[in-house]
Amino acid sequence: MVKDQEFLEKKASYCLGLAKKLGATESSVIVNNSVSETVNFRNKKLDESNRSDDLGISITTYIGKKKSSISSSNLLDDNLNILIEKCVETTKNTPEDEFNSLPDKDLLAKEVKDLNLYDDTHIENDQKIDYLKKLEFAASSDKKIVNTESSFTQNKSNFILANTEGFCAGYKTSSFTASSVTVAKDEKSMERDYDYSSKCFFKDLDDAGELGKQAADQTIRKLSPKKIGSEKIAIIFDKRIAKGILSTFASAISSSAISRGTSFLKDKVNQKIFSDSINVLDKPDILKGLGSRNFDREGVKTDTLKLIEQGILKHYLIDTYNGKKLNLKSNGRYGGTSNLYFENGNISFKDLLNSKSKSLYITETIGHGSNIVTGDYSVGATGFLVENGEFKYPINEITIAGNFKDMFQHITLANDLEFKYATNSPTMMIEGMVVAGK
Amino acid sequence: MLSMNNFFEKSDISRSEAENIVSDTLSKCDDGELYLENTKSETLLLDDNKIKNSSYNSDLGFGFRAISDEIVAYSHSNEISKNSLKQSSENLKSTLKSVKGTYNHEISKSNKKYYDNINPIEQKSLNEKIKILNEVNNYLRSKDNNIKQVTANFLGEQKSVEIIRSGGESLTDVRPLIRFNVSVMLEKNGRKESGVYGVGGRQSYDFYLKDENWKSVCDEALRIASVNLESKPAPAGEMKVVLGPGWPAILIHEAVGHGLEGDFNRKKTSAFHNLMGQKVASEGVTIVDDGTIDNRRGSLTIDDEGTPTEKTVLIENGILKNFMQDRLNARLMKTRSTGSGRRENYRHIVLPRMRNTMMLSGNQTQDEMIKAVDKGIFAVSFGGGQVDITSGKFVFNCTEAYEIVNGKIGSPIKGATLIGDGPSSLKEVSMVGNDMMMDPGIGTCGKAGQGVPVGVAQPSILINKMTVGGTKL
Repeated sequence: MVKDQEFLEKKASYCLGLAKKLGATESSVIVNNSVSETVNFRNKKLDESNRSDDLGISITTYIGKKKSSISSSNLLDDNLNILIEKCVETTKNTPEDEFNSLPDKDLLAKEVKDLNLYDDTHIENDQKIDYLKKLEFAASSDKKIVNTESSFTQNKSNFILANTEGFCAGYKTSSFTASSVTVAKDEKSMERDYDYSSKCFFKDLDDAGELGKQAADQTIRKLSPKKIGSEKIAIIFDKRIAKGILSTFASAISSSAISRGTSFLKDKVNQKIFSDSINVLDKPDILKGLGSRNFDREGVKTDTLKLIEQGILKHYLIDTYNGKKLNLKSNGRYGGTSNLYFENGNISFKDLLNSKSKSLYITETIGHGSNIVTGDYSVGATGFLVENGEFKYPINEITIAGNFKDMFQHITLANDLEFKYATNSPTMMIEGMVVAGK
Repeated sequence: MLSMNNFFEKSDISRSEAENIVSDTLSKCDDGELYLENTKSETLLLDDNKIKNSSYNSDLGFGFRAISDEIVAYSHSNEISKNSLKQSSENLKSTLKSVKGTYNHEISKSNKKYYDNINPIEQKSLNEKIKILNEVNNYLRSKDNNIKQVTANFLGEQKSVEIIRSGGESLTDVRPLIRFNVSVMLEKNGRKESGVYGVGGRQSYDFYLKDENWKSVCDEALRIASVNLESKPAPAGEMKVVLGPGWPAILIHEAVGHGLEGDFNRKKTSAFHNLMGQKVASEGVTIVDDGTIDNRRGSLTIDDEGTPTEKTVLIENGILKNFMQDRLNARLMKTRSTGSGRRENYRHIVLPRMRNTMMLSGNQTQDEMIKAVDKGIFAVSFGGGQVDITSGKFVFNCTEAYEIVNGKIGSPIKGATLIGDGPSSLKEVSMVGNDMMMDPGIGTCGKAGQGVPVGVAQPSILINKMTVGGTKL
């Protein structure tokens, strides 16, 4: 069982008290506990079971404008005594930084709304096994599938965030995650693909059979891929890839990248950086949302932000430290975004595929090819050639490249947004990118 | 605080009680162990002219594993206590239900050690470390007026592990690890570019920092950023590629390394699974995975199952010779462990992983390679890479590269991704240099969500055909 609020609060207040006694002028602490149970199947048989019980504590102490932090998984009092003493000692010896401080008191969250993030249901291992059997049966029904691996994880977490300004809050969250990875083979090739579902509530999880079938279908259609020539071509990003482009945008508007001057989006607030029709929201209060929260990791209240309005950048993602540096107030984005998404476009998926006589539909990218300093983007890719709205044949061993500054201005979105992850995008088309192949 | 290698000192359970639980739980299993770990680590970060982060982490926990045939049951916790260990034992038993194996007590032994039992964090005071970071910042900012940002950090760690096997056999290791990184950003005429460099390994900070050695790390980061400031768009399409020695060996790591890990081959999901004994690379290409090089980032005295590491020949003169194995995959493939069983920490199960993956020297010079190329690129430094082991396609990202025109090195080009096919790319190696070099000690390999420190090495090589992912058609 995940530890209760009372246990976590007791540890938190012990740490704050001790830090004060040892000379810290301010301090904050996060105590968390997470209990996970995973069962893995491979080729319709039990392969692995894994139970984890993780405790963690992290403490930041301030002496005036000096700051230091420690973290540990050992919550025994005598260990905490040694660590907090070390933390305060290190704080004394760390140079001052005028922007170091706890959040402004008036920005802290006053109430904790119930966002429906915790499902008390306990899924016994036998139930996980039933789900995986059904999933693997569906995933392996086509004989082109030569290997199936699937996994079911139940996670229950609880945390408390407390600081010396009197903030003390936390809540339980849960997640149920199932995934299916399949390998298909023909004479010419072997390919892998996957599908995945993660929800706060067990009853909302995708049907096991559907998930397995989806993974298998996506894998089989990749068999016998071709390599194409290098050219400039319209690229359509599958939703699971399009969300990555949105994540890169989020890291480029983080207040830390902005205050350090290492983002291609520095000084772009109130400028048009996307095509006219694009709106981007970060909405923390979606019920059962995978990124939902009441406050950020500093305790600052998190409100909905319309980051992009008709293509215009309206906000950075601001935490306390970098906010003070930029002379801006924290908007509760320490640790990043909550439920981040592009609003739907006004064209159907089908019409988007049909909008060009020839385009590339990308289902997977590999490599770490996003540079937020310059905006340059270059990654390996796998997908399909689309002609007149039809998937013609699979493609691999190509790269796609461009620069986000141009790419953002040439985005067209379909109207098929769904909330499958914490960051979500409808299917996205970008014109003017370069494919490198043969 | 717990002293190293005495995990039961502050616990309500004695060593012999723990040994009994281990033996009782694993008696009818094929393999398994109790893995205990205590890690102390520090981060010191200078950024934007300030010490931004000074933090210390102390992580303690155990992972209990039981294996029956192909099935692995695992349970981990932070609390080393009677209750917690018993609870884990129950979890393992309930997963495996009826077991009827014979525990394999055999594990090879060695007295060799590849690093000293030191705690790098305690060897240098906080004030000394802060002083060096400030010197790094001042040195770089006074060197070039275009410098707009300097980030420098120290990462230090001491990891102490103990493996208790059924019957009470205990194997221990204490592993130091440090890393020092510098990154700079330049801005000139409205254009920004960055450069990153770092060093590290399993020894003291002083080994890397003495005699103002840190200056050469700064100079290298600044040099890469300066080159990139003059870079033009990279070409797009298939062409010849010359790779410099050292860190570009992440090509080897991605193109063949992952595909030769035992688990993917047992499951037949690797593009290499049916190629043992066959030609997978050009003649003259020999690749080893070596955990026994003194003080290297990827070296280990014993792996995380207690097996001493070794130098494993993967490809010899173009022929595929061995996979990298942990105990589980070795048993199921009827071979022996190569000491490649690793885990990020006690939270994770063991997987067969790389250590220091190296392509050995041939006898050609880098000059000869450049001269042999009419149109292509010369890639010197890389950010990182990734592979799809099933299709065999892999990428890596250049952070410093030049065009080659008519046998001569030309202008620098912007960072681009290179993509190739693992099983065929090493057959396209047409020249192997005589200048093998280890990387500077900065690699972390990710697999199934677990990061472990690794090393790579190679000489300069010429690859006849790779796809360069630039924007210039």
